[in-house]
Amino acid sequence: MLACAASIFCIVAFIASELISQSQMSWHASGLAFFYKFNVDPQTGLPLFWDPVNGVFYALPFLYGTLVSSLVALVIAVPLAVGVAIFLTEMCPGFLRGPLAFLTELLAAIPSVVYGLWAIFILVPLLREHISPILIDIFGASGVVKLFGWTGLVGDNGLFGGVNLGLGLLTAGVILAIMILPIIASLTREVMSTVPHSQREAALALGATRWEMIRIAVLRNARIGIVGSIILGLGRALGETMAVAMVIGNTAEIHRSLLSTGHSMASVIANEFAEATSDLHRSALVEIGLALFVVTILVNGLARLLVWAVTRGNPVRVH
Amino acid sequence: MKAAIPKNRMRDNMRTATDHLATGLAILATILVVAPLFAIFGYLIYKGASSLNLAFFTQIPKPEGEVGGGMANAIVGSGVLLAIASCLGVPIGIGGGIYLAEFGRGTRLANAIRFTADVLNGVPSIVMGIAAYALIVVPQHRFSAFSGGVALGIMMIPTVTRTTEEMLLMVPNSVREAALGLGVPNWRSVLSITLRTASPGVITGCMLAFARVAGETAPLLFTALGNQFWSLSPSHEIAALPLQIYIYAISPYDDQHRLAWAGSLVLIALIVLAVSLVRYVASRGILKGAS
Repeated sequence: MLACAASIFCIVAFIASELISQSQMSWHASGLAFFYKFNVDPQTGLPLFWDPVNGVFYALPFLYGTLVSSLVALVIAVPLAVGVAIFLTEMCPGFLRGPLAFLTELLAAIPSVVYGLWAIFILVPLLREHISPILIDIFGASGVVKLFGWTGLVGDNGLFGGVNLGLGLLTAGVILAIMILPIIASLTREVMSTVPHSQREAALALGATRWEMIRIAVLRNARIGIVGSIILGLGRALGETMAVAMVIGNTAEIHRSLLSTGHSMASVIANEFAEATSDLHRSALVEIGLALFVVTILVNGLARLLVWAVTRGNPVRVH
Repeated sequence: MKAAIPKNRMRDNMRTATDHLATGLAILATILVVAPLFAIFGYLIYKGASSLNLAFFTQIPKPEGEVGGGMANAIVGSGVLLAIASCLGVPIGIGGGIYLAEFGRGTRLANAIRFTADVLNGVPSIVMGIAAYALIVVPQHRFSAFSGGVALGIMMIPTVTRTTEEMLLMVPNSVREAALGLGVPNWRSVLSITLRTASPGVITGCMLAFARVAGETAPLLFTALGNQFWSLSPSHEIAALPLQIYIYAISPYDDQHRLAWAGSLVLIALIVLAVSLVRYVASRGILKGAS
């Protein structure tokens, strides 16, 4: 039994050692510059990050794509998830609680390739035809440009400028948001339900309305755990592969606009690993995998510690 | 004094309004969360059911661009992969869970292992694929069903370990004490008494892990690779249902999109069935009889 348990250590150690040894070649070729350098294309003058044919391998656009799509996902998912958790623990009539909790858990059970399929055929057209034009109009309106032009986030070169393909960072962010929602919601719910009832009753006895009670007693007491669950959701978003690979557009470029196509760390591995053109190419992909591995371990470890600090003793599970 | 009353009332109105606003926002958030679920299931059933037919379950894929064909080889291939994964993941996972809950309970080593298992649970599946690639595909110089199964099996271990541990911890101590009081050695008490009492919970935990890896695509991309033909051999490339869905979803042919929807419906039906079964068993309080 001890051997079985210890095998978990061995697996983590083995993954780490394999990733390190397989990425040696790329590490020797570019070192730490792998993550921030880029070449300049002599013909167009544009930065050139990733060109397997000519052996140019720099990972900056993948870091950018992963980071931006995950942030978009968090911005969308966190308010919704906390709202759902509040509704389910504090407001929901008893007969609805079970079915609603089951439905949100069902969201977590859908495989990511099915999310990707749905996103390609339903979400992409929806965003392209209906939602992105509204965002473009708002962010491109002359008044808005005049007021906020200095931020560089509005207008044609802003967050919602450029060509509206439907595929891109925004779409990836939306599908990621749907995927990490159940994780954040169920953990937040669990953390909120560990707040003692006496706290709620005390707030109510002082004449607080229900929202004030939630704000003062529940959210305040549960805030560390909620942050932990958000970080756990972030960890899931960073490593999510298939759905992102199917809608992010798969171009190794960096644009400010969320409507432009991009690439994420996981999606480039998924797309190119099986048909890598050279050993250096494969080694560079493994190095991206190593970076992903280290980042998700750090993020998950931090989140577990935070959640553990709140629910001390009662282990919290995510599926 | 008189001026204070309307001021108070206004503040009260504001507070009530804020309360209603918060309630409304929470309800709105819930609706927004449930909406995509219904949208996904609605489209899956609408598009998938209209494409399901007997050929889907009995034929192998047709060449690119031809109409018809099915995913029989992918369904069987998924079965082979999951069988290999379960052979690896379930025994090791249950063993680890028993150690955490029974032999190593409270020790520093057990806590460290539990933490590692949780962290391993969060490692992206694509990284598991790279690990299996480095472990098996590189030395053998070929993609194989075995390497795909190993990748999935590694992913099952932390989930099975943690559910097994939790289920074993739910077994009341009096059961253990009764066994030990009869002079049964500890290992016998753990295997025949505690594990048997918790077995329905342990089985549901395994099914949960099974359902989770059944939909995994990323680790199979460069281990099992996919296959357009029949193959049952563990040492050759093999087709898998999620992999086939991915390939068809990004293909340019309408007929392959149709098959992708049908495949997704079948996959989801299997997973939802497993999850609902788990929930049903868990909600009935399987361990009640023991306490």
